[in-house]
Amino acid sequence: MHAPVLPPATVTVRFDAAAPDRLRRAIDDIRQGFVQWRLALALAWLDLRNRYRGSVLGPLWLTLSTGVMLGSLGFLYSALFKITLAEYLPWLAISLIIWNVIGQVVNEACVNLTSSEGIVRQMPLPFTVHALRCVLRNALVAAHNLPLILVVCLLFWIIPGWEALLVVPGLLLLAVNSVAASLLLGMVCARFRDIAPIVGSVLQIAFFMTPVIWKPELLSPPYQALLLLNPFYVVMETIRAPLIEGGGSWAVWLAALGYTLVNCALSFAFFVRFRGRIAFWV
Amino acid sequence: MAHIIARGLSIEFPLYHMGARSLKKRLLAGTPLRLRADDANRIVVSALRDLNFEIRDGERVALIGHNGAGKTTLLRTLAGIYEPVAGVLEVAGEIGSMIDPSAGLDMNATGRENIALRALYRGDSRERSQALAEEVGAFAGLGEFLDVPVRNYSSGMSVRLSFAMATAIEPQILLMDEWFLAGDAEFMSKAEERLTRLVSDADILVLATHDMDIVRRWCTRAIRLDGGRIVADGPVEELLGPKVAVE
Repeated sequence: MHAPVLPPATVTVRFDAAAPDRLRRAIDDIRQGFVQWRLALALAWLDLRNRYRGSVLGPLWLTLSTGVMLGSLGFLYSALFKITLAEYLPWLAISLIIWNVIGQVVNEACVNLTSSEGIVRQMPLPFTVHALRCVLRNALVAAHNLPLILVVCLLFWIIPGWEALLVVPGLLLLAVNSVAASLLLGMVCARFRDIAPIVGSVLQIAFFMTPVIWKPELLSPPYQALLLLNPFYVVMETIRAPLIEGGGSWAVWLAALGYTLVNCALSFAFFVRFRGRIAFWV
Repeated sequence: MAHIIARGLSIEFPLYHMGARSLKKRLLAGTPLRLRADDANRIVVSALRDLNFEIRDGERVALIGHNGAGKTTLLRTLAGIYEPVAGVLEVAGEIGSMIDPSAGLDMNATGRENIALRALYRGDSRERSQALAEEVGAFAGLGEFLDVPVRNYSSGMSVRLSFAMATAIEPQILLMDEWFLAGDAEFMSKAEERLTRLVSDADILVLATHDMDIVRRWCTRAIRLDGGRIVADGPVEELLGPKVAVE
């Protein structure tokens, strides 16, 4: 048996099972996925459009249903918690909208690879494209809810100061976490089909355990400190605090950074190790 | 110079979502040919086993064999979709794969949108995407239906669209599954010319098919697969015998 002789300049597929070179493949996949962001965006748009195909209001239903939810929950819980509506509603609006993004991303992350089975098994496409598609789709959904935050803020005349700019790194953290979670959950759920329902119920519990409809001040201080253990809370707080609480504590930011690093490291490690197996899993 | 080199190439499909326990019993009882338990005690199907071949520039290779022999799996492996569990694979040259015509087709989007989407899948530039739209539109002859959602197409129309999109490529290595042979006679005569051009422009053709007439007409070499192994490899005449003798 003689060795390959031709120049490797135009080699497009090269695989040696004895030296799989997984790290480079994973990095190439991620880089190529981001290069093809326009594909991910186009797919995300189509997803959203297909979801509301034939409906009169289309994606505006998102805005409307969140609006109705905010109105009803706002009145009920401000009375239950004995907080004025002016104090409660802006909190609820921002919290609920951020939570919706987090919850949807995590839920859809679980199926982002299995639902693209037809593409995964037919085209050599970077897997990162599927993760980006999932994240961008939910970013588009979130964009439909943004006017509600604006309306509520104007209604109660809440004008945030310069610290509101901290929302940018906050959103960036959310985006990074979303991409990492989409890759990780997409893979794990493709391999183990029981994970998706588990994630669903964890999210449901997390919704009640996380200060979304209730404010952390309702807890006594020792318990408040425990909130830092909740990754959903800290990531949410890096967006919410700049908008309505004037910044957010350094502890929250540090914790959010820490969780993000763990999430990314875990996701990357999995991706490097198991990327080559995904096509067999879906 | 395009080339494909495979040494000891193996692909195994793990069977996860079925009763591995009962399967294992059957494995112990009988001796199925392609199912086995791997090191981690999972049941796997050996889809391709220890393939060794080299395809050089200018060769036209037909993959023949029964259903389930591993033809499509080999095509997908060459396309870079499946990563081998063992062996070395090297493919040099721009790959154009025509494995599944409708992969990535969005039924709710219009023909035009699907063409733009396909260009994005391929990572084409905006100009190439425009050119693709014009070329595909002209070939598929969809006319005003180009702006109608694909789900409202007749089956003939969607075959034409898929075919036109899949064949609007100029690859050095053309990987082709036999689906392109499906289509009504009128369309096939139109498609034939386009396929012939595509095939003759490519440096390497790898074609999985059952149709021996196509093999004789287009291919110079045939590889016969059986049970995931290569059982014969050589010039078409040698594998199929002289033309008159068959059928």
